[in-house]
Amino acid sequence: MSNTFLGMPALPVYGHGNLNATEPFPKAAHRELGNDQLRANLGHATHTIRDKRLRVVSELPDWEEMRNAGSAIKNATMANLPVLLEQFEANFTARGGIIHWARDAQEANEIVTALIRETGESEVVKVKSMATQEIGLNEYLEEQGIAAFETDLAELIVQLDHDKPSHILVPAIHKNRSQVREIFLREMPVVDPNLTDDPARLAEAARTHLRKKFLSAKVAVSGANFGLADTGTLTVVESEGNGRMCLTLPETLITVMGIEKLLPSWTDLEVFMQLLPRSSTGERMNPYTSLWTGVTPGDGPQNVHLVMLDNGRTAALADEMGRTALNCIRCSACMNVCPVYERTGGHAYGSTYPGPIGAILSPLMTGIKSEENNSLPYASSLCGACFDACPVKINIPEILVHLRGVDVDSKRSARKIPTQMDVIMKAAEWAFSSGSHLNILEKGLPLGKLVAGRDKVIKKLPGMGAGWTQSRDIPAPPTQSFRQWWDKEHQPESGVDHQSTTPEGAQA
Amino acid sequence: MKIALFATCIVDAMYPRTAQATVAILERLGHKVVFPSGQACCGQMHVNSGYFKEAHSVVANHVAAFDTDDYDVAVAPSGSCVASVKHQHELVARRCGDAALEARAAVVGAKTYELSQLLTDVLGVTSAAEQLGSYFPHKVTYHPSCHGMRLLRLEDKQLNLLKSVGAIEMVELPEADQCCGFGGTFSMKNADVSSAMNADKAANICGTGAELCSGGDASCLMHIGGGLSRQGSDVGTLHFAEILASTLENPVSVSGAVTLAGSKR
Repeated sequence: MSNTFLGMPALPVYGHGNLNATEPFPKAAHRELGNDQLRANLGHATHTIRDKRLRVVSELPDWEEMRNAGSAIKNATMANLPVLLEQFEANFTARGGIIHWARDAQEANEIVTALIRETGESEVVKVKSMATQEIGLNEYLEEQGIAAFETDLAELIVQLDHDKPSHILVPAIHKNRSQVREIFLREMPVVDPNLTDDPARLAEAARTHLRKKFLSAKVAVSGANFGLADTGTLTVVESEGNGRMCLTLPETLITVMGIEKLLPSWTDLEVFMQLLPRSSTGERMNPYTSLWTGVTPGDGPQNVHLVMLDNGRTAALADEMGRTALNCIRCSACMNVCPVYERTGGHAYGSTYPGPIGAILSPLMTGIKSEENNSLPYASSLCGACFDACPVKINIPEILVHLRGVDVDSKRSARKIPTQMDVIMKAAEWAFSSGSHLNILEKGLPLGKLVAGRDKVIKKLPGMGAGWTQSRDIPAPPTQSFRQWWDKEHQPESGVDHQSTTPEGAQA
Repeated sequence: MKIALFATCIVDAMYPRTAQATVAILERLGHKVVFPSGQACCGQMHVNSGYFKEAHSVVANHVAAFDTDDYDVAVAPSGSCVASVKHQHELVARRCGDAALEARAAVVGAKTYELSQLLTDVLGVTSAAEQLGSYFPHKVTYHPSCHGMRLLRLEDKQLNLLKSVGAIEMVELPEADQCCGFGGTFSMKNADVSSAMNADKAANICGTGAELCSGGDASCLMHIGGGLSRQGSDVGTLHFAEILASTLENPVSVSGAVTLAGSKR
């Protein structure tokens, strides 16, 4: 490589912000598993959404074709992203919008802050947005003396409780309604002291709390579900209507959107408006869909900004095996069906993006070596439920395995002393790369039987094996392997016709 | 038909009865079974742990053992290992830049079947009792392993074969499609989550009142059985091949204490 400036930054530029596991997943999972209330809340919530999704998906005869279409549109978008981004910019700008490009979380936060400062305001209302969670916008604004009010009910609960979201669609999935009631009573400045945990009463309390903010806010910050390149239109899909108020009432609207959120054309939206609600909330159609294209004089926000966020997306795009992770439309179906997420909750993943998609997206965006993100690809039994549920057919298990490979390879050169895992894998390579090698090992099977003793089970293994024996026995091995049995039965000189023998298994 | 048996490493070393039962079933149907002696393992433990470089020689060994015209189809009593042969081998070869292996792996993969697939789709078995003489007078529940269910789309092939066994009483397992938590090295690297998943699976199995939980993957059955055994449960696990191989004259015994996929008999 020459040092001449060629006008392109060196790849990959990794993402920063709330994208990291800060402790190894097994350690975080151990802690979260100990929280019985969390597990009960999560088990109930994920199973409810799971069943709802299955019901509405199974009523569509062309669901699989729709998934194929969604996947194809997203693949085409990623293959042509530079062109589509410029097309979107031209159309958005032509309609009076202003585009800002942010390489990473820091740049995006600075841009948003400067835009708010220009208005002279020190308060903003917010529409639920993953991108602004990812860059840690609320915390950054607070440091700059700007107060950001979340208006989505669940985001509000989490914000009032000074907690972090644990699910991308249902941020407060880890809290039940009696916990929500306690939070409201404790944190809302004006609240009915007789508030019950009836969902309608809780929603009313939130509505009363938020209404004043909506009517007085001059600036709103939002994310976007889709950006349509051929018209320069932005889209927010939501359930509560708070988003619609934020997007229409204030004078200034600042949207932060990842560069992968584009769709080539307006007509592509048809596919995703069918895929997204059914996959996320299990609804045939979401209650509120807002679309806006630049500025409409005299109607809605007159200052319309869009911050286009990279923050590691280009790095993910550069990974040939992993890039389809960018096809994600943030429906959260994968986490609702994931047996690991169901038991650990979202906080165990550290990143803004939890669950199966987070386990691939976070390390793809930050690089495998960032903090503890190399533990995330292992946070899966590879059961494949996520791939089946994904509306854009992201092969999450295959990308998890790919990233495990990236992790292992990233350590090969750096490591002086091999880990226990390295040693086991090297030994297994020898044993499993030849029938005769395996046969030699299997001659030691009676030894295992000896270890098992009279109980005929092994209850304690050393090293990594201790993970297994913490809750599982291992049966005493047989006295001979199948291979040894077969060889004895099929020795040519023995004259035994194996067709006539009765295998041991059938008589036992 | 000449059928090559891929025993799989775990069955070969830990559960030889499962492979013996597979041979018995196929021979009962009048087919000739061969055992390519060079075989060892499909390599998915290496692949799924991220050790692609080490997986290369394991995959190459499997392909060398099975890339012959000496048989018509290959069969393994495992959904997971067959899924690896069909879906992972080409991937490993490609990642290691071995185009020749990739092409040969595709040929071997196309000829390889999971046992219930072979019995149902190729050999036309619709009633185990009538065509195999299967007889198993026990109350049994069934766990469909993830890779058979989601990678091979076996649907109810294993379950339907079990239901057609003489004198068997099948009971439905609640939340059957939920992973047992095995996941290869996941069970050790994320032992806590894996154990929590297995505990729920065990509770569902015990709730059915079945004597045994059957399935099509020895590894998952070892995991489930190992958990049940540790809990002191009397419920064991048994591969469906062994149930199909069981007859009135030569019954598979399930009496006594805990059975771990048939190990204690």
